[in-house]
Amino acid sequence: MREIAYWQALNEALQEEMERDPNVFLLGEDIGVYGGAYGVTRGLLEKYGPERVMDTAISESAITGAAIGAAMMGKRPVAEIMYVDFMGQAMDQLCNQAAKIRYMFGGKFKAPMVMRTEGGAGRTLGAHHSQSLEHWFTGIPGLKVVMPSTPADAKGLLKASIRDDNPVVFIEHKMLYKEKGPVPDGDHVVPLGVADVKRQGKDVTVVSYSRTVLVALEAAKILEAEGIDVEVIDVRTLAPLDIKTIVDSVKKTNRAVVAHEACKTGGFGGEIGMQIIENAFDYLDGPVKRVAAIDVPIPKSPVLEQYVIPTKDSIIKAVKEALA
Amino acid sequence: MEEVNVKKEEAAKLLRQMYQIRFFEDKIMELLGQNVIDGGSHLYAGEEAVAVGSCAGIRPDDWIASTHRGHGHAIAKGGVISELMAEIFGKVTGCCKGKGGSLHLCDPATRNLGATGIVGANIPVAVGAALALKKDKSENVVLCYFGDGAINQGVFHESMNMAAVWKLPVLFICENNLYGMSGAVNRVTTTNDLYTRSSAYGVPGEAVDGMDVLAVKEIVMKYAEKARKGEGPSLIECKTYRYYGHSRSDPRAYRTKDEEKEWQAKDPILKFRSKVILAGIISEAVCDDIRAEVKQEIEDAVRFAMNSPWPKPEEVTEDLFA
Ligand SMILES: Cc1ncc(C[n+]2csc(CCOP(=O)(O)OP(=O)(O)O)c2C)c(N)n1
Ligand SMILES: [Mg+2]
Repeated sequence: MREIAYWQALNEALQEEMERDPNVFLLGEDIGVYGGAYGVTRGLLEKYGPERVMDTAISESAITGAAIGAAMMGKRPVAEIMYVDFMGQAMDQLCNQAAKIRYMFGGKFKAPMVMRTEGGAGRTLGAHHSQSLEHWFTGIPGLKVVMPSTPADAKGLLKASIRDDNPVVFIEHKMLYKEKGPVPDGDHVVPLGVADVKRQGKDVTVVSYSRTVLVALEAAKILEAEGIDVEVIDVRTLAPLDIKTIVDSVKKTNRAVVAHEACKTGGFGGEIGMQIIENAFDYLDGPVKRVAAIDVPIPKSPVLEQYVIPTKDSIIKAVKEALA
Repeated sequence: MEEVNVKKEEAAKLLRQMYQIRFFEDKIMELLGQNVIDGGSHLYAGEEAVAVGSCAGIRPDDWIASTHRGHGHAIAKGGVISELMAEIFGKVTGCCKGKGGSLHLCDPATRNLGATGIVGANIPVAVGAALALKKDKSENVVLCYFGDGAINQGVFHESMNMAAVWKLPVLFICENNLYGMSGAVNRVTTTNDLYTRSSAYGVPGEAVDGMDVLAVKEIVMKYAEKARKGEGPSLIECKTYRYYGHSRSDPRAYRTKDEEKEWQAKDPILKFRSKVILAGIISEAVCDDIRAEVKQEIEDAVRFAMNSPWPKPEEVTEDLFA
């Protein structure tokens, strides 16, 4: 299979959906000539013109609201918010408007829109450009939340998100854009709400998403040499969450570790862990372990940044604790 | 001959500060290119007259609120260069103990309320600081810096209105360098003259040549005095230009080389330097000495940062709460 980078996979998804459906259009800051802060929309202005690749002012609230209004009128906007850290500006529109339009209006309107954004640490950009905030959105019924870890998932999930009739928060990871991986040819769509077993194993289940999946896979490789067989599940969509795939795995391994880059307290790992306990308590041979960032803003200093977020060592340690 | 209204001592100080900013930024660019430092840095080169002129127009005990392009503000307000440099390295000797970085320089000692990575987010904070000053019946004012891009954030308008209604001692300093990241002012708004935005709030607005340090100083002094007297806020648009790209990776495809040259021809440092030499205020030799001293100062700051220790992992949870 051909190998392309995560950013290219996203770029292809946007192009294919724009080709397929004339209602799809893009809006956001610096997505035109600049091609997006991380290059995802490179070449699209040239190809589709300023009517469909719309550069905006620095106005996250209006970007989000404009996407909602256009979506209610039958368009399929894909809005880009450059960093998930800037979602604060967009929160009312997203959480009080987009998320509630369907339900609050008794099913009479819908808002088929995608909010593409990007998060995570790793570039020593400090407290306002490094956060993992997915749990802000998973706490709001009415939003779907997607966090792909591979180029193939990035492409397939973005296409599914654009075709979905609901607001989808699509969170990429800044350290994944250059990661390459196999991506199938043709109309590759990955349905929302379906987790993926990224590695089969029998001793312990590690549940993760986004970049931390890659860290977990590295940890699994090291543990394999020590005779520990790790199953790695990539939830891919946090909302809706495919708890069945997770529970089936835990029923097999009887041990569970949840790993993500967001802070531990209030992070989505708490939700996953609790759902494992609710649904597979009798199968567990030990406590569910969590690997997450330390509960602090992401510090600038490279040594502190690396210390705060999960590493393969912290996952290895948690796996061993889960097995103890 | 043009009259140059500045005393010798002050001329030397203004020139020194502009050199400090320029060489600091040139050095950061060099260090980024060599991968000696990492992370993002938004450089202030080209805009020196704005920070230096405006800080010269207020008192040392007045306050500023800074932005993602904040190195220049911190230096102009009198920040310790070696500590600013160390912060950009992420060293424990930095002004924020290595926890903030380039985008978050702050310094209560020089009354710098700090920089934010969120475009526009310092504007209401500056309003709050001005509110506190008013409550304390202080004579001090707050200078709130932000870019042309920030003017399209809702919070700019909310803050402007609030400051106007409460007649707060805050000067909104819009650094119009013609672009956000890539978005040209006249493509993301319907005007090139952003100072006109103030009229909707009944606030005086004025534009100034942001490449002219004395012009900036003068206008800021004028409105700072009004603010001190309880006459409320103002919006000052400084027309300027950033020499480097938005960040290091920026190929600057949204602007032309001709435009860059045109602005470089108005260089705030060269312009001021030749003006004061020509007027006989300071000699060329003194200017050269200042330049050389600043070069050395920046080298020393880099050495200080390089030789400083990293923060210790156990310090990571310190300062989360007061
Ligand atoms: C809320 C928010 N939106 C977007 C960004 C990304 N961003 C950082 S600087 C910048 C451009 C800001 O332009 P301007 O206000 O003119 O300041 P300049 O960089 O030109 O000094 C953008 C879009 C951000 N940091 N915060
Ligand atoms: Mg600007």
